[in-house]
Amino acid sequence: MHPTKVLARFIAGLSARSQPVLLDLGPVVGTNVSFFGEELGCKIIVEDLSKDIDRHVRDGIFDQFPAFLSKRFAQEPGSIDGILCWDLFDYVDKPSAKALGEQLTRLLRADGVLLAFFSTAEPTPGLKPEYTRHVVVDKNNLQHRAYAAARGTQRPLPNRDIQRVFEPLRIVEQFLLKNNRREVLLKKAPEAAGTASVAPSA
Amino acid sequence: MWKRDEAVKPTSGQPATPAAAASTQPANSPAAVQPEARRIERDIVNIGKSVVIKGELNGSEDLTIEGHVEGRIELKDHVLTIGPNGKIKAQVFAKAVIVLGEVNGNVTASEKVDIRDGGSVDGDIISPRVAIAEGAHFRGSVDMQRKGAQPGQQKAASSQPEKPQAATPATSTAQAAAH
Repeated sequence: MHPTKVLARFIAGLSARSQPVLLDLGPVVGTNVSFFGEELGCKIIVEDLSKDIDRHVRDGIFDQFPAFLSKRFAQEPGSIDGILCWDLFDYVDKPSAKALGEQLTRLLRADGVLLAFFSTAEPTPGLKPEYTRHVVVDKNNLQHRAYAAARGTQRPLPNRDIQRVFEPLRIVEQFLLKNNRREVLLKKAPEAAGTASVAPSA
Repeated sequence: MWKRDEAVKPTSGQPATPAAAASTQPANSPAAVQPEARRIERDIVNIGKSVVIKGELNGSEDLTIEGHVEGRIELKDHVLTIGPNGKIKAQVFAKAVIVLGEVNGNVTASEKVDIRDGGSVDGDIISPRVAIAEGAHFRGSVDMQRKGAQPGQQKAASSQPEKPQAATPATSTAQAAAH
């Protein structure tokens, strides 16, 4: 069992919304789908990016991953209320992180929230690469379940780079946990008063 | 004695409990459970492995599909089970949907969608309860309702559904509640 500080705040950031739309970039976890569905009455879109990473690594085309990410998401800009990145950014290089950050920023609705975990420890050489499946136990606790990965964790992103990756999102909560993990909650600025929202497809 | 038997006889809408059945029949008679078993057998229909259906499938009883279906399946007040050999390329509407095989298409259930180990769904799910087992495959979105909300209430209250499909469960759950 691993404590989480930021998940409760992520949920709180969405709970006032009617039927928010959630984008989960991790693998499908049934209990998570039930948890968020029951807590928020939301629509959850699952886009497991770890499979895309594995495919690019296996095919030896990981250098094309940033370009792939720029076309990966079919959702309309500003259509997502909350994004669960989990620790995905630990597994990509800086160009991919930048491309992914740009896409997620584009998808996020004004006042929307994004949750991401970042390792603060250097990767241990010689270890078998593994992803972590984050299973929500409750608002304050997660279970970690490891599963095979084609690519190991990369060098940790410093705080400055995290801010740059997600610009213009603002870090509203940040926790350094004892398990060498930085939990970050980012938020998109709300629309200025009097600014009418324009439907992207209109 | 006759009147007492009448009093414990199950109504058609409520299945008999073993105790109630025993009180109306001789203790060793299999006739006490046979009608109920026959009724259950009759109410669960199976589409076998070699069957291929293209088009619209409507029904008013529980259905298990082990074959191939393409098109649209509608079992509004009943349970649809996609067996391990079942392959569905269709829009599905049912009270509950249990997936052990493959579904390619959107699934709408007024009660529950259950993707079991080995089951696969490529499409959007709309249901107040969704269970996805560890070994299941799912790609798409899940649209659920908030805990404590009356079924259909939230959807009905929403004046601007995101896409036309979102309006479907409100209609189906409202109908289910009316029965």
